[in-house]
Amino acid sequence: MELFLQQVVSGISTGAIYACMALSVVMIYQAIHHLNFAQGEMAMFSTYIAWQMMAWGFAWWIAFPVTIIVSFMGGFAIERVVFKPIQNAPVLSHIVVFIALFSIFNSLAGFIWDFTIKSVASPFGEGPFMGSTLLGKHQAGMIAVTILMLVMLWAFFQFTRVGLAMRAAAVNPESARLVGIRVETMTALGWGMASAIGAVAGILIAPVVFLEPNMMLSILLYGFAGAVLGGLTSPLGAVIGGFLVGIVENLAGTYLGGIGAELKLSIALALIIIVLVVKPEGLFGRKIVQRV
Amino acid sequence: MSAILKVENLEASYGELRVLRGINFEVERGGVTTLLGANGAGKSTTLRALCGMIQRSGKIMFDDRDVSRMPTEDIVRIGVAHIPEGRGTFSTLTTEENLHLGAMARPNKKDEIESDIRKCFEFFPRLQERRNQQAGTLSGGEQQMLAIARALMLRPKLMLLDEPSFGLAPLVTRQIFDILADLNKETGTSMLVVEQNASLALELADHAYLIETGSIVMSGEADAIREDESVRASYLGY
Amino acid sequence: MTQTVHTNAQAPSASVPPYQPAPAPQAKLLSLGNIVSLLVLALLIAIPIFSEGFFVFQMTQMLVYATAVLGLNLLTGINGQFSLGHSAFYAIGAYTCAILVELGGVNYMLTIPIAGVVAFVFGFLFAFPALRLEGIYLALATFALAVATPQLLKLNAISDWTGGVQGIVMFQETFDVPVPFGLPMDPGTWTFYLTLFVFAVVYVLALALVRSRTGRAMMAIRDNPIAARSMGISLPYYKATAFGVSALVTGIAGALNAIVIKFVAPDSFTFIFAVLILVGMVIGGVGWLQGCLIGGLAMLYFPNIAEVFDDIVLWVANIGGFADALPSGNEMQQQFIRLSGVIYGVILVLIIYLAPSGAGGLLRAIAGRIKRLLS
Repeated sequence: MELFLQQVVSGISTGAIYACMALSVVMIYQAIHHLNFAQGEMAMFSTYIAWQMMAWGFAWWIAFPVTIIVSFMGGFAIERVVFKPIQNAPVLSHIVVFIALFSIFNSLAGFIWDFTIKSVASPFGEGPFMGSTLLGKHQAGMIAVTILMLVMLWAFFQFTRVGLAMRAAAVNPESARLVGIRVETMTALGWGMASAIGAVAGILIAPVVFLEPNMMLSILLYGFAGAVLGGLTSPLGAVIGGFLVGIVENLAGTYLGGIGAELKLSIALALIIIVLVVKPEGLFGRKIVQRV
Repeated sequence: MSAILKVENLEASYGELRVLRGINFEVERGGVTTLLGANGAGKSTTLRALCGMIQRSGKIMFDDRDVSRMPTEDIVRIGVAHIPEGRGTFSTLTTEENLHLGAMARPNKKDEIESDIRKCFEFFPRLQERRNQQAGTLSGGEQQMLAIARALMLRPKLMLLDEPSFGLAPLVTRQIFDILADLNKETGTSMLVVEQNASLALELADHAYLIETGSIVMSGEADAIREDESVRASYLGY
Repeated sequence: MTQTVHTNAQAPSASVPPYQPAPAPQAKLLSLGNIVSLLVLALLIAIPIFSEGFFVFQMTQMLVYATAVLGLNLLTGINGQFSLGHSAFYAIGAYTCAILVELGGVNYMLTIPIAGVVAFVFGFLFAFPALRLEGIYLALATFALAVATPQLLKLNAISDWTGGVQGIVMFQETFDVPVPFGLPMDPGTWTFYLTLFVFAVVYVLALALVRSRTGRAMMAIRDNPIAARSMGISLPYYKATAFGVSALVTGIAGALNAIVIKFVAPDSFTFIFAVLILVGMVIGGVGWLQGCLIGGLAMLYFPNIAEVFDDIVLWVANIGGFADALPSGNEMQQQFIRLSGVIYGVILVLIIYLAPSGAGGLLRAIAGRIKRLLS
């Protein structure tokens, strides 16, 4: 039982990584009803920006906000420049462009910062959290930041005019235009916010997994799994889903022996397929209505 | 009385298919005009073209401004509230949020908006009961009331109504049309109503135009149109 | 209803010609398409006669890729389902071939159809959960499949067969692909002709499938699933079949790949490879099976695009006379190689913007232009 609890707690601390990523996946899904396969690479690129600023000698409390703002603007710009011309194109075109972005960011990061592994210091410090043997300071910090982001997002969507407008644009773009909302701007805002959240995720993840251009592919898969499990329409669900994925992964590693540890990515695969087939709206999401 | 909306030679098409073939009409300031016609005649298309929701050409003057090239959002911002066919409710948002959205194109003055919402609730007590309910769970009639209330939140100069009777029981339809008549009288908001139920529409309207396959084939005072033999036979059914 | 309304309602329908079923594709022996196909075939057959060594190997590889593109296009182009995970079926084909040859002692040529059948079974089974997914969700599920595949192949429990991380080296005893029947050719030329033969057979069968009743049902589902269902077409049956057939063709490509490379290893079958197949299909033209050779060429040269790009820049610089201003050749090429992902991505975006229907669309547009000019 103690082992079980221990694994659950350490699952939660890995889960924090996935929760962050899942949150940015949901953000973009809300804005454009697509899954951005380049989300992980964008987050990785943002993390490099933060790393570069710190390497230049800026303190993290300058580097982080600047990175987040730059990422926000970058996401906004990508929507305006790259996706606006194909907004009415079929799904396949979007997928191909996501893949193109994936390739561009991956290669650009390697070109600028090369493929050697870089370590990023944790802003929360090293060592155990309040003397606990299960939770590090960084993990505790990550969980706190994830929850804080979730609360801020909730407040933004619930209490601000722009948040309401974004929700309206996502629910019914045509009616949104008819009440004077600039739907395209809202979509771009969604991209900006998703990429800003992705930046936070990347910066939080980097101290755990080390920074290199290919760090995000498998994390993105877990992020997708978390988002799908919690429900693509629910930010809260995505965060819970992310934590659950972390816990499942850890428990499988403990109780299924060698196979569990070897099959980590396949667990994500299985989770995604099972949830999509059995309960496509996820644990906390709204039913996805297929428009015909 | 001057015209608040003046449309000249309006054309619109869906891809290759030309739906409007150069139509002309006016809505008088403070008046109610109705467009009548059979299914597929181009009534809804006319409203959609006015708001820039589809490709259109021709001249559209609203409140002495040329809006024929303006994007939808901007046309809304200068005071045109369009209630689309099927009402266009934001189904997963609450009634109250839907009303807030109606005021999205107005300056963000919290007090004014709150007081307008209170007025809407006075006018539609049913909506107040349902204020925290998801709009998609409202009945058809309630959703139509919500759509009208949401349009009012804009404090519009002109309301475009697309089939307000759509999917409603006769009694509810009657209620909605009474509300529209009251609104027109009290607030002086001009209205352009597209409606299949010609007799109701002609009661409400002062002017009427008849559209057939994308062209206007008849126009005049509502009373005169109602008396017309051919209209009577084809649209009023007596 | 009055007369006015009636006449008006009928007016537009009068201009529409009465419904006629689309003419069945006629088996004209000398149609333009057939002539072009035969020319291309002749050209391919001639390759080993006029060249040798590396180029023949590259063309073999191109035919293998073309087969994979064909497989994906049957799914996406004909049936409208997406896959970012075809690297998995390719891997299944490749491993089936390698395991049968190395552990089972089966003749390698025999393993090609077997690999196809095994891939078909996997594809058909994967299709069942995938059936309920559409558009982006199917892309997600197959994306997950592609990301997980290398890890699954490395699994310790099956490493006795798969060779784990190391993979399987094939033809260890003979050192090369054995040339059968005492044919007087080197193994490279033989694998080329074997690959060409298999490709040609698969291609002809794929075209036949598309023109069959089954193919029409698949296309109907792509164009309008609801209408197709209401016409009595079973969506699960045809979608699963399309998935299975697509996996079958891709699995055959995988088996050919194993024979050509003489080696299989988990990290050859990554998500990136799945993307490469997708890119080949998009460049060739989605839904235009004939484009698979162009797609194969694209898959062959795209990863080396940086070098091509470098050549172009050098060429322009030489003509423009500013070659001295560039960094030394080798250094510049290194930079381009490191940027190849960026070039690759930008080209993809440009294709989507400028020629969303790929080479097929471009060719059709050009053909249309010419026809109009002639008439």
